[in-house]
Amino acid sequence: MAEQFSNREGIKGMINPTRYGLERVAYWMQRLSGLGLLAYLIGHIYETSTILNGKAAWNNMLSLTQTPGGHLVLVIVIGMCVFHTGNGIRLMISEGGKGIGRPGQPEYPYRASSLNYKQRLCIWVSIALAALAMMYGAGVLLGD
Amino acid sequence: MATVEVSTEKKAEPPQTSVPAPSKPKTITLRISRFNPSENAETKFEEFKIPVQKWTTVLEAILYVKENLDHSVAVRYSCRQASCGSCGMKINGKPRLACYTKISELESNVVTVEPMNNFPIIRDLAVDFKQLFSTHKKMKPFIINEESEVQPGAKEFIQTPQDLEKFLQFSYCIKCGLCNSACPTMATDKSFVGPQGLAQAYRYTADNRDQGKKDRLKIVDQSHGIWRCHFAGSCSNVCPKGVDPAMAIQLLRGYLLGFRK
Repeated sequence: MAEQFSNREGIKGMINPTRYGLERVAYWMQRLSGLGLLAYLIGHIYETSTILNGKAAWNNMLSLTQTPGGHLVLVIVIGMCVFHTGNGIRLMISEGGKGIGRPGQPEYPYRASSLNYKQRLCIWVSIALAALAMMYGAGVLLGD
Repeated sequence: MATVEVSTEKKAEPPQTSVPAPSKPKTITLRISRFNPSENAETKFEEFKIPVQKWTTVLEAILYVKENLDHSVAVRYSCRQASCGSCGMKINGKPRLACYTKISELESNVVTVEPMNNFPIIRDLAVDFKQLFSTHKKMKPFIINEESEVQPGAKEFIQTPQDLEKFLQFSYCIKCGLCNSACPTMATDKSFVGPQGLAQAYRYTADNRDQGKKDRLKIVDQSHGIWRCHFAGSCSNVCPKGVDPAMAIQLLRGYLLGFRK
């Protein structure tokens, strides 16, 4: 059957965080923060590599990054880093089969035990920790 | 011959049980996605006004259209009681069984039905399950045991209720494809095994009568296999039978990571 009839959702469907609850939102945030951190890592390597061109080039780069805009980016990086770590630990534990409940007789209305309160709590804690870290980072970087 | 006299003074009164009068039917708009690959490659939506009661299901609304308004709408259905897994479709943006979804629970006067994503469309709301069934078969969905119980003189395999609980939930899969339709990995990776196949691999692996664990783990431990699952949980969110494929996948991964024996 021709590919155009395959009806695959594609990236648009993959990144849509609505429709399937908090776990899908966490999945989307994990992917987004992962890509953000990868972009930061590449930018950071480029930034620090300017030191190889001498002190003047390094100072020039610092004048670009040590601005309110640059600090705002760093605050976002802090948030992404904390959320990605917290949620990543949840995923590593869950993907080993821990904290996802036990198989049993499903009963109406068939709430999945793998999507339990422990999972949701861990997601909310990761979000809260990221928000707290961002607030602290903003206080240090953007404060007086 | 004995006669029985019936008193005519006391007339039989109608029973006092209060039967609620049928509620007035409400009219909703049903938007049906129309697509016929033999005619053109464009999807269009057609709207129909449907009278519904609070118990009317989406499938009943579609069948109303077929009976009274447009008989050419293509839809697959069979049991009408969430047992056969035929009528999976996207209803107001989410994969659901049409026979198991009441229009009243959608809380909207406009109901949009589309074919499930991640499956090729045959026509309108009917999708092709070839890949789903082929993946299901690849998982060897049967008990592999050399000491088959059909051998003469062999006894039946004994299982405790605890042994049964380890896989029973996953054997309720009706192969409706809703989990594969909701999966974010299936949305982009056409070679991914998918939550349905992986859940079935776990169902037989966890069965203590089975001896095919090694074979099945080898099948799922591949680049488009179990490691492509990122535990978004959408498969379990949409499963109409409480199978919880996300749990099965994580438990199966436990075998590969050495947390389970």
